[in-house]
Amino acid sequence: MAGTLVQGALFTVMVVRAAMLRDPAFEEELAKQVERSPRFFLNAPVVLDLKGSEADAFVTPEEFAEARRVLRGQTLMLVGVQNALPQQIAAAAAADLAGFAPNATQPSRRRAAEAEAEPPEPAAAPAAPPPATVAPRTRLVTQPVRSGTQIYARGGDLVVTAAVSPGAELVADGNIHVYGVLRGRALAGASGDAGARIFCSRFEAELVSIAGHYLVSEQLPPEQQGFPVQIALIDDQLTITRN
Amino acid sequence: MGKVIVVTSGKGGVGKTTTSAAFAAGLAMRGNKTVVIDFDVGLRNLDLVMGCERRVVFDFINVINGDANLNQALIKDKRNDNLFIFPTSQTRDKDALKREGVERVMEELKNQFDYIICDSPAGIEHGAITALYFADSAIIVTNPEVSSVRDSDRIIGILASRSRRAERNESPVDIHLLLTRYSLDRVSKGEMLTVEDVKEILSIPLLGVIPESESVLRASNTGTPVVFDGESPAGHAYLDAVARFLGEQREMRFLKPERKSLFRTLFGRA
Repeated sequence: MAGTLVQGALFTVMVVRAAMLRDPAFEEELAKQVERSPRFFLNAPVVLDLKGSEADAFVTPEEFAEARRVLRGQTLMLVGVQNALPQQIAAAAAADLAGFAPNATQPSRRRAAEAEAEPPEPAAAPAAPPPATVAPRTRLVTQPVRSGTQIYARGGDLVVTAAVSPGAELVADGNIHVYGVLRGRALAGASGDAGARIFCSRFEAELVSIAGHYLVSEQLPPEQQGFPVQIALIDDQLTITRN
Repeated sequence: MGKVIVVTSGKGGVGKTTTSAAFAAGLAMRGNKTVVIDFDVGLRNLDLVMGCERRVVFDFINVINGDANLNQALIKDKRNDNLFIFPTSQTRDKDALKREGVERVMEELKNQFDYIICDSPAGIEHGAITALYFADSAIIVTNPEVSSVRDSDRIIGILASRSRRAERNESPVDIHLLLTRYSLDRVSKGEMLTVEDVKEILSIPLLGVIPESESVLRASNTGTPVVFDGESPAGHAYLDAVARFLGEQREMRFLKPERKSLFRTLFGRA
């Protein structure tokens, strides 16, 4: 039992560089990004990367509290720090922030000497932090999806190897694959990924959608009914092609 | 330990109560001590279909609330010593079905009976959920018609996720399809879904096909489960379904037109 008390897990966390917080244009740019994909950013955890910050910056809990307030104003949640000096870690802890090990895509703080030799980051790019690489997870469903059932594959693809009844709803942030007859609804790219696709062995869907662009059964081409198809969003149009 | 069978459908008016009555009577006729319970609180019909509406003193809700004990509420059928009816309240509604009370009653019944048939109300709300919660087996009553098939699909999904067996991760409820009010005539005209159509959409094993029959209305009106009517095709079909449920092989009758040949008419083979 004790062995299962502490388990390792991988999480997706956004990283904000401390220098960005000092840039007045940052908040505005972040607000725009959040507005475009509100669900993606809502209550999303953020780690503050202190690499490159001055040794006397972020050494008090109040500074972290202020950073937390700024990020919260954009619905983000500051949960920890990365690449912090010992005095910064102490202040962060006092502000109830965890210390994260440097993530694999960043050189560690201790190699600051080499870091100095790197070309300076382009300061004129106050873009919102890009999301850290998402570990894709595919959700597999092998039983028939009955009418009234909703399945949401968060952060990845959905694969169904049985029939999907009319009145059932398949939702995925990634692609949807149905190795069976699709009679219900399929909504791929649910969090805004316009590159997501829908694949099925027998197309009889009630409604299909990719990144919010949808077509109902009546609008779907009748010549594709009953066949294996692939649905993609091309130039903002839902395109259905025979597989 | 008794087996609990729920007779459900999602859709209303497809033949749940008729089926519950027929199935319970059929099992009793085969020597099994059987009780059939009405879960349709406030809209009770089972007592009418079983012909015991004038003998109801205490009901399911009385027993749940502790106003009466089980034996005071159970009504013994006059036609078969193995058959008992457990009526429900007409004055209360489904909110009166408290989960703990129902559980206690079900445990008591499982000790006394071989089979417990739960006649579910229509819908997917509290009454229907309570009726299916304790099931070991389920009979999904479906008419060969699109709305009924859609609703049956829904209730099958609910059985798979909200029964006690599902919640406790035990072996799943044994689900069977019973197609009722099947009219050969309308199927051949293309007005009604075929058996194959329904089987393909619902993907559950077929227990039986009950033909549309005037004898069912007569049975309801006289308070006699249709299996007691020796001349009713529906009654025969129900007896076949009971046999299949108990593991016997029976060919599906009433799916092909009965061709009255001259030969047969002359030599009198029924």
